[in-house]
This record gives sequence, C-alpha cells and structure tokens, in this order.
Amino acid sequence: MSLQLEHLAFGVPEGGDILKDITLTVPDGRLVVVTGPNGGGKTTLARTIAGLTAPTAGRILFEGQDITGLDITGRARLGIAYAFQQPVRFKGLTVRDLLEMAAGRHLAEEQLCALLGQVGLCAGEYIDREMNQSLSGGEAKRIEIATVLARRAKLSIFDEPEAGIDLWSFTRLVETFGDLRRTGGGTLMIISHQERILAIADEIIVIADGRVRAQGPKAKILPTLLADERASQCPIGKEVTVQ
Amino acid sequence: MNKITDELLRIVSDFTGTFKGAYNIREDGGCAGRRSSEHIRLSDLPDRPGLRIDIDPDTRGETVYIPACVTKGDINDVTYNDFYVGAGADVVIVAGCGVHTEDGHDARHNGIHRFFIGKGANVLYKEKHIGTGKGAGGKVIDPVTEIFLDEGSQMTMDTVQLSGVDTTLRTTKATVKARAKLVVRERLLTDGAEAARTDFDVTLEGEDSGADLVSRSVAKGRSRQEFASRIRGNARCTGHSSCDAILADRGVVIATPALDATHVDASLIHEAAIGKIAGDQLQKLQTLGLTAEQAEERIIQGFLK
Repeated sequence: MSLQLEHLAFGVPEGGDILKDITLTVPDGRLVVVTGPNGGGKTTLARTIAGLTAPTAGRILFEGQDITGLDITGRARLGIAYAFQQPVRFKGLTVRDLLEMAAGRHLAEEQLCALLGQVGLCAGEYIDREMNQSLSGGEAKRIEIATVLARRAKLSIFDEPEAGIDLWSFTRLVETFGDLRRTGGGTLMIISHQERILAIADEIIVIADGRVRAQGPKAKILPTLLADERASQCPIGKEVTVQ
Repeated sequence: MNKITDELLRIVSDFTGTFKGAYNIREDGGCAGRRSSEHIRLSDLPDRPGLRIDIDPDTRGETVYIPACVTKGDINDVTYNDFYVGAGADVVIVAGCGVHTEDGHDARHNGIHRFFIGKGANVLYKEKHIGTGKGAGGKVIDPVTEIFLDEGSQMTMDTVQLSGVDTTLRTTKATVKARAKLVVRERLLTDGAEAARTDFDVTLEGEDSGADLVSRSVAKGRSRQEFASRIRGNARCTGHSSCDAILADRGVVIATPALDATHVDASLIHEAAIGKIAGDQLQKLQTLGLTAEQAEERIIQGFLK
C-alpha cells in the first residue's frame, strides 16, 4: 500500500477539530480523488500527508514506513509531492528555477517544454519568467502543478488543480492525469469537485466534517455523489437524507 | 599590480587577466594600469586625484573599466572621476570596488563620480562592491554619484554589494532633463554587524523625464540598512521608487521614502515591503526536497539575482 492513515486527527484551539479520526488506505499506483464539501478537511488532510501540518493524533505510513515524525523535506525525499492549492509566488525565482529544483537536476529546453505542455502552457513564453505576481492565477496554478509533475514522485497530491484554470487548459490537465494513470506515473491523490476528474478516478474518498464519509471504487461512490447533487442543498456532511 | 588586486578585480569587474577596451586600474591610491581607446580617453584630473573620462559622441558598443582596489589597512583612498559622455553614445561603464584588510587597520575607498550624459546618450553603469580579509580593520566604501542627464538620455545604474563591506554610505544625486530617464537597480546583502545606508535624491526637471529606482536587499545577522529616497517631480514626469527587503536573524531595515511633487502632472509612486521570508515560500521549496536552509539560500539568491 502506498499510503495508510491511521486515526489521524488535527485540531486547533480556536477552530475545533478539523480532522477527526481519519483512517484510510490509498493503494499503490491508483488515481484516488478526494472530494467533499468546502471546509470538510480535505486540504488539511493533504497538507498533513505532505508534512506541512502536524497531526494532533494518529499515524501516517508511507510504503510501510511510519513518517508521522518526518519533516516536509524528509517526506519529499521519500517520494511525496504536493501541489499547493494557492500557488506560492517568488520574487526572482523563475519557472525554470522551480522546475529544475523540483526535478533535482538541470532540464533541457525540450524537457521544460514537455512539462509545461502537460499543463497547457507554451514553454517559450514562460520558462524564464519569474514566478511572481505578474502571472495570472491560472498561469501560476498550472506552473505549480508542473513543479509536481517534474518530481516524478511515488505519491503526487494535487489540491484542487482545477481552481482558476480555464476550460481549455483544464481539458489538457485531465488528459495529463489520465496519461499518468495509464503510464504508471505513481500514485495520484487529487482533491477535486470536478466531475471530469471524478470520472477518471479509480477510487473516490468523500471527506466531510473531518471524517471519511465514504470510500470505494468510482463505480460505487460516484452515483451516490451525483444523486446528492440533485438535492436542493449539498447534503454531504449535513446528515440530510436524499429522497 | 599585486595578487589581491587581481583577485578583487575578478570579483568586481569581470576581470580575466586583461580588459578589452579602455580601462584604468586604481590600486591603493595609485595607478596600476591605464589604456585609452580611440573613442574613450582617460586622463588625470589637473587639480584632484582621479580621472577625466571623455567618451566621444556616437561611440557605440564600447565598455570602459575603472575599478578601484584597496589591498591593505591604513589607507583612506579618495578619488574623483568625471565622465563626459558625448551625445548619442551608447556605452557600458564598469566601476567595481574591492577593499581588503587583514592587518587590523581600516581600508577605505571613497569614489566620487560625476556623470555628464549628453543628449540622447545611453549609459549602463555597473558597480559591484566587495570587502575581503579578516581582522579588526574596517572595510569601508562610501561612493558618491552625481548624474546630469541631458535631454533624451538614459542612465541605468546596476549596483551590487553582496558581502564583506563593514560600512557603506551610498549617496546618489541626479538631475534629469526632458525625456531623459534614470534607472537604478540596487542589490544589497548585509550580514554580521555590517551597516549600509543608501541615499537617493533625484530631481525630474524636464517634461516627460522619468526615474525608476528599485532596491532589493537582505539584512541578516545583526546588520542594519537604511534606505532613503527622494524623488522631486518639478515637471510633467513619472517617478517610481521601490524598496523591497528581506529580514533574517536580527537584521534591521529602515526605509524612508519621500516624494515631492511640485507640478500638477508629476506622477510619483513609492512602494516598500519589508519582512522575513514567507513561511509558504520555504515550505514550497521543502516539498521539492530542499532543506529549510537550502530553501532560504535559494530564495535569497533569486531575490538578489
């Protein structure tokens, strides 16, 4: 198993419990989509796996190794990659700098082109641009995703990759995730609300109110989500029974 | 010239054992080499230590090097350099400065540079400062730059000081005529107990004149930096200054911008941002496999690039 979470919890004094006793398993080489209502704990869960947030209880095992006490760098070096929901901007660091840091080596022009092409960007216009505020939200988001693709990690976590991305680029991105899944691009964990991403999942995990509401193969979970969608209010996490 | 000068020159002025074109190497207050070119002539000032540099009108694509090095303590070198850049010229001036002391005495260099830039001329002025050597002797560089930009001309000052200078006071004054522009790119890193002060005073006195002053700095250790800028807009003009500083350890940065607009069509802007490296920046690079220390180094390296 690629990733196992055992009774994972996270809370803050002023905000209550954000993750409550999460236990789940992400199998090797699968594409797992984590979905659920806003504020349900999905991003906190992803950040906890990547080491950006320390859990208050529970254990994280990666390829059988307990990594709960390992820092961000240690986890990255073991093969965990995380695409931030909000891309981080840097004055002075270029797209090339970030992609080379991610890859851990010098990248030739065609390799940079290939990486940026996977997120629908034309490399020539971007490789020497700074990853600063001059980039639009959608451009920065796609570069952020490219930094994770460059890592060729064993486990890649994408936090709402669709946010801020136009329709055409999104189509390209869905193709990229599909390609990675088909060609053994490691285990993929994608936090998303997008039906088109849910449609390419092997498994779906529904997180609501800090708990695992449901987990299982797409064929089993997706129909229940689509049924919920027809309710007047999102029922996930609100204990509403869909008639 | 001595070995220390050779080493300093390689750092501050891209010296590779020789210079291509006109140059003057100043070593411990004396002249360690000089050459004029067909279009750029260097000569002693008659009344003061220093040089007169005459660049012919329409000289294009040439570089003149005027580095200055102090290689031992107990030297207080003061030099005056006057540049007369002819109309329509397009040249690069490289004026690096290195100070070295390890005998416990201070090594000082004060370069007082005046630029008279002719109509339509374009000058890129590169100035890199460094201090080397151990011991209690202070390494001090206090450059004074006065710039007179005639109509339609441009000067770009690219200044870098990245290590080893204990104290520096950089004073820059400029007067900018119609359609002329001053661009300044300053990069500064201080550490330990170093102190650096930058004073800019730019007067935009011609129609459609402009100034763009951008300072990026990092204050580490217990170092202290002060950035003071004043842009005076006395005509229809555009002026922009920006002070962007990263703090680390117990570093101190004080930014004091001033904008004086005395004309209704003067458009002047100042931006200042001071703070430590954002936590999410460090975290992002750590998720790429860098340690926290490597991440900080890369962020600073990129910021000061």
